[in-house]
Amino acid sequence: MSTPKIHPECFQIETIDNVATLLQDAESGVAIDIRGTKQKTVAVAEDIKAGHKVALCPIPEGTFIVKYGFPMGAATRDIAQGEWVHLHNCRSLHDEGSSSLDLKSGARNETPYV
Amino acid sequence: MRRPMSEPMWSGYLRQDGRKGIRNLILVVYTVQCAQFVAHEVAKDEPDAHVIGFPGCYDNEYAIRLMLALARHPNIGAVLAIGLGCEYTQPARIAEVVRGAGRPAESFFIQERGGTTSSVALGKQILNDLRESIASVPRVPMGWSDLTVGCECGGSDGTSGLVGNPTVGRFFDSLVDHGGTAIFEETVEMIGLRDVLLNRSANPTVRETLEKTYDKAERYCRSVRQYSISPGNFAGGLTTIEEKSLGAFAKSGTRPIQGVIRVAERPPHAGLWLLDSVPDETFMQFGYTNPNDTEGIMDLISAGSQIVLFVTGRGSVIGSPIAPLIKITGNTKTFNKMRDDIDFNAGTVLEGADTLDQAAFSLSRLVAQVAGGERSKPEALGHREYFVMYKHQDTPSLEEGCRA
Repeated sequence: MSTPKIHPECFQIETIDNVATLLQDAESGVAIDIRGTKQKTVAVAEDIKAGHKVALCPIPEGTFIVKYGFPMGAATRDIAQGEWVHLHNCRSLHDEGSSSLDLKSGARNETPYV
Repeated sequence: MRRPMSEPMWSGYLRQDGRKGIRNLILVVYTVQCAQFVAHEVAKDEPDAHVIGFPGCYDNEYAIRLMLALARHPNIGAVLAIGLGCEYTQPARIAEVVRGAGRPAESFFIQERGGTTSSVALGKQILNDLRESIASVPRVPMGWSDLTVGCECGGSDGTSGLVGNPTVGRFFDSLVDHGGTAIFEETVEMIGLRDVLLNRSANPTVRETLEKTYDKAERYCRSVRQYSISPGNFAGGLTTIEEKSLGAFAKSGTRPIQGVIRVAERPPHAGLWLLDSVPDETFMQFGYTNPNDTEGIMDLISAGSQIVLFVTGRGSVIGSPIAPLIKITGNTKTFNKMRDDIDFNAGTVLEGADTLDQAAFSLSRLVAQVAGGERSKPEALGHREYFVMYKHQDTPSLEEGCRA
């Protein structure tokens, strides 16, 4: 077991992005450095795994989740700063099916295996 | 770009059709799988001779157009086309088209020249003659405005979307601003980005073309059941198809798209272009699009790219004939593991040592060095992977066919 980093990092691609991607796993309550743009840190509100997204500011229900400077989906409920942004609070604007996926595995819930 | 890209001047090779190459190569083309061995033996131990070929015996306009475009690529000084003797594709017609573009070209059928041994000996002799005839090709100064660069990604990981492709996107912006030409493709990886794509149109006509291209890609994905997002992607942190597509689309940068070209078509003027490599609908339905990375790279070279950038996260050990491949990763671990193969590490951006703009600037210097004659890593290792397949794309003109 390696010692957890005191300052895990996340990466924000464009300055207008309201989410950043975790470069390491982060535990709830930890302030993480934001790389890529000028912002300093964001305190994560829950455990978030590397590769997943954290909200950099409050995102009201129905507004766009912005990454790469473009809408990558819409918030399905109010999202607080520091929250994990994924299938449970963000829906595709294109593919309706993705909001019903299993949160952890991403597998489809409605596909019958008989 | 905050730090303006300097204007490099290197010396290129002026072709009679006015195009400029950054290499002066001899292309050995075979016209059926049966001639593949002889073609490779002819080019063996000849560093300036690259091989491509079409394995099919039957007629395919797409493959012929692709080979003719590659044979007249600005990096090619001369061509030797080798056939077996009973296939549809005619080596003599390929040579004729290349001579029409003002470059020396020869051809023969193996069946008319004995067998393997005599054909290889003949091929080697022709190669020597061709080399002599292109030794005096005029050298001319070249700069960004003479350069066409293509980009493709493969073996991607999370770093490709975060920094690998965005670094290329920023370089493409600078290249276009300096009068150069940039080409990107992989329309099937733009699903969900219809509006984002259309809003990049240079004018209403382009918008219409982009709309058709996007809609075809979406029909294609539905028809062949190719969905580009999987449970593993979601588990890894991707939430929507738009997010995944944006990661790939980032390599196109931010400049207006001038239009859509198809395989073997050259951009009519400088700027940023989208290459549509998706098959058109035919009586055989679509058929497959890019079955591997090499096929996409060939498409980009066929459009006249003198250099191709390849973004990989997990790592890759491919190269390309005709146009040097520059391999870029956003993953420092991959870079350290594969230093022999990978030219550029954009992972420094994730480590906070560079910004995306700084990485793009360093990349522009590397591109200028390779354009000036320095060999890229895959080029130096001797990687010359190629792939020419059966496919159907409608063509506006059949006059460039080379069937007997």
